[in-house]
Amino acid sequence: MAFLIIDRRQQGKQKSAVNRQRFLKRFRKHIKEAVTDAVNKRSITDMERGEEISIPKGDISEPIFRQGQGGKQRRVLPGNKEFIRGDRIDRPKGGSGGGGGNASNQGEGMDEFVFELNQQEFLDFMFEDLELPNLVRKQLKDSDSYKLVKGGYLRDGIPARLNVVQSLRGAKARRIALGGAIRREIKALEQELEALGGDEESEKVREITEKLERARRRANQIPFLDDFDLRYNNMIQQPIPTTSAVMFCLMDVSGSMTQDIKDLAKRFFVLLHLFLKRHYEKTEVVFIRHHTKADEVDEEEFFYSRETGGTVVSSALELMNTIVRERYPTDSWNIYAAQASDGENWQDDSPKCRDWLVKSLLPLVQYFAYVEISSGKEQELWETYSEIPELFPDRFAMRNVKEPADIFPVFRDLFERKST
Amino acid sequence: MSKREPIAEGSEWTFEALETFDREIGRIAADKYRLDTYHNQIEIISADQMMDAYSSVGMPVGYHHWSFGKQFLSTEQRYRKGHIGLAYELVINSDPCIAYLMEENSMTLQALVIAHACYGHNSFFKGNYLFREWTDASAIVNYVLFARDYISECEERHGVEAVETLLDSCHALMNLGVDRFRRPRPISGEEEKRRQKEREDYLQQQVNDLWRTIPKKKKKNKKKWPRFPEDPQENLLYFIEKNAPLLEPWEREIVRIVRKIAVYYYPQRQTKIMNEGWATFWHYNLMNDLYDEGLITEGNILEFLQSHTNVVYQPEFDSPYYSGINPYTLGFAMFTDIRRVCENPTDEDRRFAAEYAGADWLETVHHAMANYKDESFILQYLTPKVIRDLKLFSILDDDADRAIQVTAIHDDDGYRRVREELADQYNLSNQEPDIQVWEVALRGDRSITLKHLQRDRVPLDEDDAKEVLKHLHRLWRFDVHLESVREDKVHRAYHCNDDKVWTDSGETSTSASAS
Repeated sequence: MAFLIIDRRQQGKQKSAVNRQRFLKRFRKHIKEAVTDAVNKRSITDMERGEEISIPKGDISEPIFRQGQGGKQRRVLPGNKEFIRGDRIDRPKGGSGGGGGNASNQGEGMDEFVFELNQQEFLDFMFEDLELPNLVRKQLKDSDSYKLVKGGYLRDGIPARLNVVQSLRGAKARRIALGGAIRREIKALEQELEALGGDEESEKVREITEKLERARRRANQIPFLDDFDLRYNNMIQQPIPTTSAVMFCLMDVSGSMTQDIKDLAKRFFVLLHLFLKRHYEKTEVVFIRHHTKADEVDEEEFFYSRETGGTVVSSALELMNTIVRERYPTDSWNIYAAQASDGENWQDDSPKCRDWLVKSLLPLVQYFAYVEISSGKEQELWETYSEIPELFPDRFAMRNVKEPADIFPVFRDLFERKST
Repeated sequence: MSKREPIAEGSEWTFEALETFDREIGRIAADKYRLDTYHNQIEIISADQMMDAYSSVGMPVGYHHWSFGKQFLSTEQRYRKGHIGLAYELVINSDPCIAYLMEENSMTLQALVIAHACYGHNSFFKGNYLFREWTDASAIVNYVLFARDYISECEERHGVEAVETLLDSCHALMNLGVDRFRRPRPISGEEEKRRQKEREDYLQQQVNDLWRTIPKKKKKNKKKWPRFPEDPQENLLYFIEKNAPLLEPWEREIVRIVRKIAVYYYPQRQTKIMNEGWATFWHYNLMNDLYDEGLITEGNILEFLQSHTNVVYQPEFDSPYYSGINPYTLGFAMFTDIRRVCENPTDEDRRFAAEYAGADWLETVHHAMANYKDESFILQYLTPKVIRDLKLFSILDDDADRAIQVTAIHDDDGYRRVREELADQYNLSNQEPDIQVWEVALRGDRSITLKHLQRDRVPLDEDDAKEVLKHLHRLWRFDVHLESVREDKVHRAYHCNDDKVWTDSGETSTSASAS
């Protein structure tokens, strides 16, 4: 019996990948809601992981005509123990007895369809439709990224780049070119031979036959493929223009910020950081924290250090200004900033902040987002800032956050892709 | 018989051992049991690939649709959480017969699976009359390829969403895509492709019976217009493909594809007991033969017996694990019992199974496999012994009665009734509602009316029916009515127009049922 055993294990296992994407796309509304919920519920160190998503069964069912409950239903069951003919059994409570056999062929009768969204998909949904606003291509700064493009053919190269079609085409042309004279000769000799007839004894015939053989041998000596014919694909490197951007994260860590408020602020920056890491690989991030005095710190310290004190917000803006002028010339950098604070500030400092922003910083940056975290009324800084949006409508945005559930929506709101 | 060396030691399988097993099993199957099979193509796959195969309903390729993604996600979720194990194998009714074997299986399991799928199911596909008449094993893979290419081409031309919505609607009506009493023509991918273009052009002209509204010269005596369709039609998808007024040619083609695939699965839906029973019966015999010949060790056969016992385990009706009758159990028990009745018939068997008691057993099981489907198979071959072993009993659940009544048990009075009712349970037309195209209002609003004949007063599932009606409306694009008829009266009527779907008791709309 002829048979065939094939090992398919090495082949892709993602045959269903397309269908999976179709499914996610179809239920994106549900999934997005679930993702938002999950982001709000998770601890700030735990943003990058998949999530179990449930979708109500009703929304996802594929209806067919089927029999409902009621009427006369007959069924045969296995495992009789004590029943005899004519026994009457009370209906099981809950109605499931009615059509149980036929009705729920989908199994456990779950109300929700549950599945696991993997980490990639989770983050995709989380940051879908978000972007850094006003990003423009500035000078080609990082020239370390290239892509390979085809650039014609070369006489030599590595075997992997051998272009078979070109090589064989060349070989064929060469064979035709080199063999022309010989083929003509062979043809002439053949005709001559034919004209003489099959008389093998004749000297003339023998002579021609010999000549013919020699010519044929020569024709065969033209190589089928010569080193000379080989052509290799030429790949040339082209630099990919990159867009360089820097994000300033300014966080208030003064005494007035309670632990809860700090958590909210951190949550916001964690999202921002994750978003940048994922979508803008080349983006640099500058972390600045301030109380009465501002410091540039690294990621670790920014998120975990507990230092605290009074509040002078302008110190952070001043530091940002200095850093921008020293390290990030605006002709080659897109500059972004996000500031989070509880809005309380040293009395005379707020006007100063406004001046820093309006006069020095806003002309330099592409986008500046201010997030005020306060449970009650708007605070001082909010009021001072509230004049700015009019002056820089597409560069400055401010939002208020009251509770953890606001963070993600506000974040989305600030970085939503504007349809222009 | 002289003992031979075992083919493999230990539980790890190797490709050489698989080959040897396939050869040895194939030899016994053909020489000793006369199993006639398609050529086998055994493919080793991983668990992930098995889940892929699950969600494309066992097809090696399939068109893209979200519902397959849903299937995949749900299988994946339940598998990862440990709620379900994956099948050891999956086998496709094709020529060559493709069998997927999981790499996780031990050597013994692989041998079991080869016997089960490559010789059991395979010979069933080749021998059973339903499969012979309804499917063309050599064409199916080609056809599905054609379908996938055609559908993705449509997606490019008309947008993924349009195609997806259309497929949703077709899937909802898929079970009504079969002519139960007419044999279909075999399908072939290349042939389809060649004819499809022709059909597209031709069809559009044909459809428009419904559009032919330019009044003909009035005849003097008003003749009654003929009904359309003249007789009720059970193949709803076919009716739509040929008659839906507004479908584009490519839409008709997709309706046709879904219909053709429904036809391909039609035999499988009617032979679950027989197919699994047959395959289980043969893996049991073949594995024992291997052991008798010394080709597998005592350890192997013990492992095999454990797996086999799990496969044919039947929880009792009051067990929390009960989810219907296990087709492996019932089928295996019945084929085994056919052999017993042939070889050692009792007096009872001579009364109940006179036709084959004492006959040649191999002949008898082959005859049963080739000429029956679940319903008729049970009616013909379910013996009192099997009824007793499984302690089958039948109940009547009548909503007019306060209690459920036990109508028959495994005793002399009950055997025949249990047998008939169990057979009835596997009759497709009892599992699925009987719905037919009743009338199209050619002269009026072009609405279509379906009729559902209630059997034993069993109604339709209302929520689903409404949803399906919306799908039907999407295909028909004029008003849609469905009358659910109980004892010659419309018991419930469903309606769907452009913006809503509703039901009423049916008394007001007697238009179609009046005739």
